[in-house]
Amino acid sequence: MDWINATIQGTLLGGLYALFAAGLSLIFGIMRLVNIAHGDLIVLSAYLALTVTMAIGVHPFLALVFVVPAMAVLGYALQRTVLNRTMGDDLLPPLLVTFGFSVIIQNALQIGYTADPQKLKAGAIETASLSIGPITVGVLPLLVFIAAIVVIGALQWMFYKTALGRAFRATSDLQDIAQLMGLNRAHVFGLAMGLSLAVTALAGVFLGIRTSFDPAAGGSRLIFGFEAVIIGGLGNIWGTLAGGVILGVAQTLGAKLNPGFQVLAGHIVFLLILAVRPRGLFPRMD
Amino acid sequence: MTPILELRGLQKAFGAVTVADSQSWALAPGEALGVLGPNGAGKTSMFNLVTGTLPADGGQILLNGRDIMPWPAARRCRAGIARSFQVPQPFGGMTIFENTFVAATQGARLSGSAAEDLCLDVLNRTSLLPKANVLAGGLTLLERKRLELARAMCAQPSVILLDEIAGGLTEHECKSLIETIMGLRETGVSIVWIEHVVHALLAVVDRLLVIDFGKKIAEGEPEAIMQSPEVREIYLGIEADV
Repeated sequence: MDWINATIQGTLLGGLYALFAAGLSLIFGIMRLVNIAHGDLIVLSAYLALTVTMAIGVHPFLALVFVVPAMAVLGYALQRTVLNRTMGDDLLPPLLVTFGFSVIIQNALQIGYTADPQKLKAGAIETASLSIGPITVGVLPLLVFIAAIVVIGALQWMFYKTALGRAFRATSDLQDIAQLMGLNRAHVFGLAMGLSLAVTALAGVFLGIRTSFDPAAGGSRLIFGFEAVIIGGLGNIWGTLAGGVILGVAQTLGAKLNPGFQVLAGHIVFLLILAVRPRGLFPRMD
Repeated sequence: MTPILELRGLQKAFGAVTVADSQSWALAPGEALGVLGPNGAGKTSMFNLVTGTLPADGGQILLNGRDIMPWPAARRCRAGIARSFQVPQPFGGMTIFENTFVAATQGARLSGSAAEDLCLDVLNRTSLLPKANVLAGGLTLLERKRLELARAMCAQPSVILLDEIAGGLTEHECKSLIETIMGLRETGVSIVWIEHVVHALLAVVDRLLVIDFGKKIAEGEPEAIMQSPEVREIYLGIEADV
């Protein structure tokens, strides 16, 4: 029964990882940009929420009303002013520039908030739980998992049913031709990054409620996000959710074997999947 | 009357190879201009220069009297220039309808049902409506050529550039494509059409332009041009009698 319980907890944890990964998957799919600062942007969102909750005394969930649009605007601005200039056939310049962002964000957070671990206080919901027979499920992890499904479902709908989604897919298919169809690449890329960071904002707030965070916490979040994307298969957003769940389950089962084994178990499962299926489990993109 | 599209002394070279050598010509509103020239004459490069895919070295490109040279490709499309490709370039992961929808929403700046109605109308005119929900990656050549045309039309251009759209088609397919292009002419859009299938070209165009080594070498009435020594030399490989 313990193992079933651990699997369920791992699945719910996977929802958080899927939220980490969704933004990464989105921008890689549309513009082949690998955002090394993604984890730090998740942590930045958590700090933004912390500032909002402390300044006006609202619940972290309410802070989302501010943090999500703020991160979306930041994403659009970063893409239009800096990242668009690095885009081209060479993947290296955006990689280097986002690595630079990562360093800047970590150091700025350290100056602004010190290196002390922080946490978003969400009150009773943090410890509330539901009992389903012998299994007890935390309300918060369940909420995060549901949010992940809703976000990924919404992204999928956006991709296949809206004008913006079709613009994203056209750009992903043939960038140069899309521009000849009147598609303003700089603007569409800006919107993609804005959307990515809006999802990131949500992930950051959930992260901040679930665990404590510090300015250096971004790196491992980036890796978990990457692993979820790669396990699920590039270009498949539902695959990203599956990848997050597989990673989450691997980690909780690993922790069950030995508490020090949690992160390592996730990496080992990731490596095994990479060895057997290098393109991930459900790839849609070459 | 202001030409809808005008090139003035357009210049472009790749190293020692000149693809546009002081090229000047104009296209009247509603006119259909055919472009002839041997392979490597700079015909497709001329389209790339006009659409903004290639930056020009010098000269002017005027759309409705406005110099569009500084504009990026997307803005030129929105201002009224759309093209098709010799080798069809559909968005392979999207349906035929979605391919045209991108042009309607991005190029023609339409939204919602206005964009959908335009796409459905164009797909109907290009005989693609029954296949609207088929992925563009797995189409026959004729269907891909039709999709090129449909997608360009959905950007609601005032000038449409067709690059060897009849090339590689069977006689029968070619005939049905000509009918579609004739229908397109009736909507008032101006056409510049590069084509090696000369009879298809002659069935549609008002005027012919002949290019070689990036230079305009002849321009005028189709009959007169087809009789001219330059064209006979290019297409029949015979030296003109002097």
